[in-house]
Amino acid sequence: MNKMSKKFPGKMNKISKNNFITYLLVLVLYIVIQVLLATGNVSSLMEGLLVPLCIYVMLAVSLNLTVGILGELSLGHAGFMCVGAFSGAFFSKCINGAMPDALRFIIALLIGALMAGIFGILIGIPVLRLKGDYLAIVTLAFGEIIKNLVNVMYIGRDGNGFHFSMKDFLSLNMEADGEVIVNGAQGITGTPHDANFTIGVVLIFLSLVIVLNLIHSRAGRAIMSIRDNRIAAESIGINITKYKLMAFSISAAIAGVAGVLYAHNLSTLTALPKNFGYNMSIMILVFVVLGGIGNIRGSIISAIVLTLLPELLRGLSDYRMLIYAIVLIVMMLFNWSPKANEWKEQVKEKYFSRRVSKGKGVK
Amino acid sequence: MSLLEVKNLTISFGGLRAVDDFNIEIKEGQLYGLIGPNGAGKTTVFNLLTGVYKPNEGIIRLDGRDITGLKTMDINKAGIARTFQNIRLFKALSVLDNVKAGLHNTYHYSTIEGILRLPSYFKVEKEMNERAMDLLKVFDLDGEADYLAANLPYGKQRKLEIARALATNPKLLLLDEPAAGMNPNETGELMDTIRFVRDEFKMTILLIEHDMKLVSGICEELTVLNFGRVLMQGKTSTVLNDPQVITAYLGE
Repeated sequence: MNKMSKKFPGKMNKISKNNFITYLLVLVLYIVIQVLLATGNVSSLMEGLLVPLCIYVMLAVSLNLTVGILGELSLGHAGFMCVGAFSGAFFSKCINGAMPDALRFIIALLIGALMAGIFGILIGIPVLRLKGDYLAIVTLAFGEIIKNLVNVMYIGRDGNGFHFSMKDFLSLNMEADGEVIVNGAQGITGTPHDANFTIGVVLIFLSLVIVLNLIHSRAGRAIMSIRDNRIAAESIGINITKYKLMAFSISAAIAGVAGVLYAHNLSTLTALPKNFGYNMSIMILVFVVLGGIGNIRGSIISAIVLTLLPELLRGLSDYRMLIYAIVLIVMMLFNWSPKANEWKEQVKEKYFSRRVSKGKGVK
Repeated sequence: MSLLEVKNLTISFGGLRAVDDFNIEIKEGQLYGLIGPNGAGKTTVFNLLTGVYKPNEGIIRLDGRDITGLKTMDINKAGIARTFQNIRLFKALSVLDNVKAGLHNTYHYSTIEGILRLPSYFKVEKEMNERAMDLLKVFDLDGEADYLAANLPYGKQRKLEIARALATNPKLLLLDEPAAGMNPNETGELMDTIRFVRDEFKMTILLIEHDMKLVSGICEELTVLNFGRVLMQGKTSTVLNDPQVITAYLGE
């Protein structure tokens, strides 16, 4: 008993220490950037990149919950972001002026999270029966379908209430005083500009708290046990469907919040291949893979590095994307090649040799 | 009264009757062995008992309750836990977390409580840690609690699987070839552990094994399967000396 009670604080500390470093990293980066902003050392181009940076970090963290913790490859993450963006912006546009701005924005964030979460459950029920490549293909299709649906959606409002059409703006049949809220491919215009860097960082913190605390709880263990061995997880009485859906929908909800932030950072919200297409989904996946699958802190770092890199390299003009590609390859090798891992182990053993278990997984 | 009662259990895959009219009765606290040559259908019986396969015919009763056709998850909740022939641990989780995953349905707090880190989270996690460490201690694994399960040596992985199964607080424990790949020393140790588990946890155990030393050493009764059918049932010493059983194992 005694030995045990001594052991445990140590273990709990290791986890909380790890999480603490992650929170600290975000905080330090925030302070550094604030100082740079205050001293005028940030170009306006970079300044414009700060909110998107927060959005990418949130997307990477949330996708890591699906890919790294649940162990399912999802290529439709931008779709959930799209759902969040449009539902949040729709709410803000409808309410604009009738509510204090701060309250409206908070409710918009909640609505974005809720809608994306609901879509996560709806998509998850059929999709999570699939595995591996099939799941990736179906989620990819989902992302594209959402984007295209949004592009043909017309919603307007007049004295009689809401009007909805999937044809064009005229078929809304509104009275003269009517106002178009969602205008098909032109999207939503005039969303209030609520997002700023501080709000973005606060939302990153909230996402981190949710994801990290989830991982190190009863539910998180259940999710990871499904990832490691589904059959064994079932045999010890874990409800596979429930926990898969839980991870998937929480991941979707956080992507939805990122979407709301995105919508409130632009005056015009449109669903283009550029922002909500599969390119975006794959870019988020690149953040996750390069940062290390299942490694939340890694996701944050790689999202930041890979977002800033193209801008930092702007001076190299034509060679910019070439260098970007090389950095991608180097990071990939560093994170995943067996040789690099061996080298990292050696370094670890040399400098931090406390207890590295030698045993190999014998089969 | 018997804890496990199986009647006319049958399953076919295509034209093959993998398990044909299988009957068994296991009393509470018994150490029961299921033996037979390779491909006789022993693991299929385990898969039927735990709901991995649904039987074509037959009834499975645990403690008087009909559990035929339930999902694996619900069968575990009803009180059957198992280990696997090819070890199935949660390899990327620590040894401790493997056992804590097994405690999933014994200790409760909601996901929200977990995310918000309410006092109940800390209280229940502490209880889970204590219980899991107690179980690890039984299997002499408490020193490796922080290791990743994948880094354990083979013998200890087998033990961890048993510990994880026991964590679900079952009435009946199914062990699928627990001694596979072990040397005689390890097997001897395992026999002691199995006996200890039976006595300490008042557990009923059904095991599949090829190692006759282990079978004759600890099993009180045996069922011999051959080509999916029950060849013989009875006391260990009687069964193992039966000419029919010897023929089935060694050939003519």
